[in-house]
Amino acid sequence: MSTQTSGVINFKKVDDIINSCGAKKSNLIAILQKVQDEFRYLPQDAITYIGTKIDELSPATVYGVATFYAQFSLEPKGKYEVKCCDGTACHVRGSMPVYTYLTQRFNLQEGKYTSDDGLFSVETVSCLGACGLAPVVVINGKVYPQMTTDAIKIIIDTIIAEENEG
Amino acid sequence: MTNTLFINGKECEYTNEQNLLEVIRNNGFNVPTFCYRPDLTQYGACRMCVVEIEGRGIQSSCTMPPEPGLKIHTNTEKTRRIRKIVLELLLANHDRECTTCDKSGKCELQQYAQEYGIKDIRFARKKPQEYLPIDDSNPSIVRDPNKCILCGACVRACSEFQGHSVLGFANRGSKTVVQPMAGKALGSVDCVFCGQCQAVCPTGALTIKSDIERVWDLINDSNAKTAVQMAPSVRVALGEEFGLNPGENVIGKLNAALRQLGFNLVFDTNFSADLTIMEEATEFIGRLTKGENLPLFTSCCPAWVRYLETQHPDMLKHLSTCKSPQGMLSPVIKELVPKYFDGFTEENLHVISIMPCTAKKAEAVRGQLFDNGRAQTDIVLTTQEIARMLKSAGIDLATIKPENNDSPFGQYTGAGTIFGASGGVAEAAVRTAYEFVTHETLENIDFKPLRGVDKSHRTKEAEIDIKGTKVKVRVVSTLREAEKSIQELKNGKADFHLLEVMACPGGCINGGGQPRSCDNLKIKELRADGLYKEDKELPLRKSHQNPDIIKLYEEFLEKPNSHKAHELLHTTYQDMFKNSYRDLV
Repeated sequence: MSTQTSGVINFKKVDDIINSCGAKKSNLIAILQKVQDEFRYLPQDAITYIGTKIDELSPATVYGVATFYAQFSLEPKGKYEVKCCDGTACHVRGSMPVYTYLTQRFNLQEGKYTSDDGLFSVETVSCLGACGLAPVVVINGKVYPQMTTDAIKIIIDTIIAEENEG
Repeated sequence: MTNTLFINGKECEYTNEQNLLEVIRNNGFNVPTFCYRPDLTQYGACRMCVVEIEGRGIQSSCTMPPEPGLKIHTNTEKTRRIRKIVLELLLANHDRECTTCDKSGKCELQQYAQEYGIKDIRFARKKPQEYLPIDDSNPSIVRDPNKCILCGACVRACSEFQGHSVLGFANRGSKTVVQPMAGKALGSVDCVFCGQCQAVCPTGALTIKSDIERVWDLINDSNAKTAVQMAPSVRVALGEEFGLNPGENVIGKLNAALRQLGFNLVFDTNFSADLTIMEEATEFIGRLTKGENLPLFTSCCPAWVRYLETQHPDMLKHLSTCKSPQGMLSPVIKELVPKYFDGFTEENLHVISIMPCTAKKAEAVRGQLFDNGRAQTDIVLTTQEIARMLKSAGIDLATIKPENNDSPFGQYTGAGTIFGASGGVAEAAVRTAYEFVTHETLENIDFKPLRGVDKSHRTKEAEIDIKGTKVKVRVVSTLREAEKSIQELKNGKADFHLLEVMACPGGCINGGGQPRSCDNLKIKELRADGLYKEDKELPLRKSHQNPDIIKLYEEFLEKPNSHKAHELLHTTYQDMFKNSYRDLV
């Protein structure tokens, strides 16, 4: 049976999240967000578990929701989630050179969003609503305004240096 | 209440139609559609049913409720242009190898492209490397994602009929696909094989897994002998493929046609439906007397059996241990035909069954239904497949002279024939159980409350007084309805003693292997009428009166639920739930 679990993830944690949100179909997005916060991505096991546990949902349906929204990732995300704004304002102010710098530095391509060491994942987002600070990069919730390739290099270097120390 | 609106300038009446498309069809007009199926919720995905409404512009008629006084035009320059563009865009990324497609000649995309004169597709064809692999891992259904037009009918059928949603949409925009969870193989998920997804699919994206060539090989093998059996509801639907009316009983013609095709012996699953009743009614009375494992669940529907095995194994004790009629007849044929007929041996005899059902293909390969490494039912064909075989052999069912089937597994009663409609198994069981218990004749044997195959009759109940014991019978069709009864039972609220379940809406007459019926709700009612008509006309209408059944017990099986009967006619079930996600939940 395909529904055999691979036993990779801790279902207790998924269960706690489902219970804290309420095991209802209408709470699915909130549940998926919290599961993603917990595991830094949506493990397939968790998707199947949620689809099986909640009435009126199925693994295929939950998978559909998870793959529909760009905010959900089915691949493990990096410890540092880098969001490169590519809204209109950021785009004309030069977000693409920043993004290109990041993908080249971490050796990323279409379908590969996370660096090999699992430290960084890079994605573009459409607009962060901070157009006055364009171009904007957000790393784990912290906003870095008016980015350039030089500036982002320093920021990344700093993070890596901190990681190596700690 | 009757209201009026205008369609193409003609004043038209409507009453309780849910949407304009129904009003249009009921008034003798038509608009094309891929995604609208009257038994499923409206979806408005394909935009083929667009109409022009004065003052409202272009609207999809399947999602718009009727309003008095609307002036609708179904065939304007604008609507035609929209439909042509929709067709062109759908065809642009469609696998257009029509001649080798299983749905060729029955595909709605092909039909509309032809009707709308699509001769040239301006958009580039998909490159060979963009084609996705075909999934034939499921024993009953083949999924070809390259022919999917994303109408979502299968997704809705799986969810709304079976409450199961094995199929779902994934991804977004141009990358959207319909697939099982995470693109897994359809054979590796909890699919119950009912085939309703395939029955509502307008294109060749979901088709029945064909076993036709295997049957030809057997027919052409001079060393092989063949015996064929066909289910009750095949006889009231097969004629449709040959221009006859839905519900017209073609059993005599089918007997003749199957002989002409080259089968050696022609039997009838109706006979073993009677046999099923003998066993199941006895089992029911036994449980009723002892008061254990009630309610009794019927076990004729393989999709239902699979559903319990995968989703509710704790409920398996309620399931009747009786095999389905297909499962009963095959071993009886294999055991007895070599004794009665010269030239037939256990080794050379093959049983082929013709079923309205795709799940029967999966049932036939269940490990429990194997003897010495061989399936008791060698090959299962659906109604659609046998129609194709007959056509390719140049046999016209409409004009062929009817013949009788072969003895001794051909005679049947009205109780056996109504097995094909939702409620029929329960009705047949009650007719026999009553007389087994009371030893009195049951006069009024038409259990009207258990009949009816439309959407409002998916759960039916009746109460029968058997010598002071009130027996409550519940009948459900679709697994979504069955799930409700299971939940009642789990919550201690169930007050019924017998639960009949058929997974397809309306029962086997509307099975996944039947000729197309998803766009006309009347078809399944006419088929059910055909069965109840035959029941009424047959001289014997209770299973235990079938003389061949009586003889079979006298000469071979001793009595219902005897040791021998258990060996041949009963089966076991498997818990497929352990270590699964449900187990964790």
